[in-house]
Amino acid sequence: MLRYLIRRLIWAVALFLTVTLIGFVLFYLIPADPAKFACGRACDAAQVAKVAHYLGTDRPVYVQYAKFLGRLLPFDFTHWHFKAPNLGRSFVNRQSVNSIVGAAAPQTASLVFGGLVIWMLIALPVGILSALRPRSLLDRISMTGVLVGISAHPVWLGLIFSYFIGYKLKWTPIANYANFFHPLYGQPGGPIQWAYHLILPWFTFAILFAAVYVRMIRANVMETMNEDYVRTARAKGAPEWRVMRSHILRNALLPVVTMLGMDVGLALGGAIFTETVYSLNGLGYQTIQSLNNYDSPTVLGILVFATTAIILMNLLVDVLYAWIDPRIRLS
Amino acid sequence: MALLDVKDLKTYFSTGDGVVKAVDGVSFSIEKGQTLGIVGESGSGKSVTCLTIMGLNPKKYTMSMGEAVFNGEDLLAASPTRLREIRGNDIAMIFQDPMTSLNPVHTIGTQLVEAVTLHKDVSKQEARSRALELLKEVGIPRAERRIDDYPHQFSGGMRQRVMIAMALINNPELLIADEPTTALDVTTQAQILSLIERLQQDYNSAVIMITHDLGVIAEIADDIVVMYAAEVAEKGPVDRIFKRPHHPYTWGLMGSLPRLNTDVGRLAQIQGQPPSLLRPPSGCRFHPRCPYVMDVCRTKDPELLPVSDDRTHLQSCHLDEETKEREAARLLGTFATEAAAT
Repeated sequence: MLRYLIRRLIWAVALFLTVTLIGFVLFYLIPADPAKFACGRACDAAQVAKVAHYLGTDRPVYVQYAKFLGRLLPFDFTHWHFKAPNLGRSFVNRQSVNSIVGAAAPQTASLVFGGLVIWMLIALPVGILSALRPRSLLDRISMTGVLVGISAHPVWLGLIFSYFIGYKLKWTPIANYANFFHPLYGQPGGPIQWAYHLILPWFTFAILFAAVYVRMIRANVMETMNEDYVRTARAKGAPEWRVMRSHILRNALLPVVTMLGMDVGLALGGAIFTETVYSLNGLGYQTIQSLNNYDSPTVLGILVFATTAIILMNLLVDVLYAWIDPRIRLS
Repeated sequence: MALLDVKDLKTYFSTGDGVVKAVDGVSFSIEKGQTLGIVGESGSGKSVTCLTIMGLNPKKYTMSMGEAVFNGEDLLAASPTRLREIRGNDIAMIFQDPMTSLNPVHTIGTQLVEAVTLHKDVSKQEARSRALELLKEVGIPRAERRIDDYPHQFSGGMRQRVMIAMALINNPELLIADEPTTALDVTTQAQILSLIERLQQDYNSAVIMITHDLGVIAEIADDIVVMYAAEVAEKGPVDRIFKRPHHPYTWGLMGSLPRLNTDVGRLAQIQGQPPSLLRPPSGCRFHPRCPYVMDVCRTKDPELLPVSDDRTHLQSCHLDEETKEREAARLLGTFATEAAAT
């Protein structure tokens, strides 16, 4: 197991370097000068050159990349001591990218993990019940629901929800994030407000995933129900709840674990549509803003964060899967 | 009183294409400690008969009629709770493909212990030592280590032994073995069969052995039921059926057995295909393939009637007894001459 983990960690590092390098190069290739953009329209060539020197964009690309990596590593080679990883400073307002990501990540994380709970709470019962009663009324309704859920765009859903539920019925707020711990002065805060502001975003975000997962869980359970070992369990005299729990679900839900890891990892990179509709200043929203401003340090910083999240989630899922499926563990 | 008495069992499945009559009037009985062999081609209804007795057919599409009286109790009329008490406890069943019959994510120890704790109120420790006992009995080497292994760590023959252990762990009165050796190679097959025979004697269980292999039947059965197209073609004691078969289908089955001591250009076979159970042939179901077919066969389905000199031997064919005796003798004569010629 240890060798497996070490191998995976080495792969993770290689993957990380590749992704950041590609991101870096892509930015370099964009035919827009960040220095000119940061300086403003009224600047002349000399002022732009000064800004470029200040930002460091006049150095060759490999130097820029080396400095980027150097800032990122938790170790300072020039002074030989440990330091915190630094994602650089925004080209736009010289704010530390660490703090930008630090402010945006909790919003995205709240959205994603809360949405995860809701989508699994919907998908598990609906998927399992539909599999147990195929072609029944419940099954047909849920399959129609799945079709709607997959087809409906999160932006459209978000607008519909916020208009009818937030604006017309005034049951929930229609925008913005309430900080769980430290509310800004004059703003709502604390756990209850946090959840209250996130209700609509959670459902908007969850619907697409719930639809996909209902379909997958239904298919897996239906397939597992026909397996020989389920028949053996019944032949042993096991009651139906036990057959369902220990034999059917224990096998049918294994692939769900892998998919969850991938989906959560991906979503942590930014649920762009939902964040935009509800004005949640999460990673997705921040990425769009920074792209429009050609603010490469911020975009790269968010890329680093997202890549790390995805790699970690995949690693976690691999380890978890090896633990729950003995055929993988012992091969 | 017979241990299990099946009377006019019928199982119909409603499918998109119509009603499939998978079992259409099957009767047989088995005594305590006896071995009954059910023989027939694929699709003859042998497995479905036993699944119906156990109540393991999918409830939604299945209609079952008739009686299956086990120790005086009709299983077809029993409540689901009562059936669950009986399954794995008084009647146990093992299936054809050992590779897929065990849950891959639980150890065999867990699955064996489950078989015990479902029916007996014992501690986990006791159940586990019982499981260990059975594993040793069925011949799993190093059972103390292997009990915590997963199914994929065993070979096919070993998995079937585990299945047998799981079936016998609660001392059932009846073991139903649905083609237990079909998926195994010949040497393993011999081992498994002798294991079943030995355990049957040790535990005094009755065994219903379903197979399409006449060789297996000849070795271990006391009585035989020959099934064709959801009905019983012939049934009786094993030496009657093998020495004096009274049904053209049985003659066809025995005649098509390949024999080591002859050289033939082509293996003999029964002409035609087994019929569709959606729209079975009129009259006798075997008539499209029967070399002895008469006009009455096309219109009237023969009843299962006893042979004149042995009431335990029943057959369903319109041919007169003389012809049957003659044909049976002729068939067995060819076996004898072949044996003599070598």
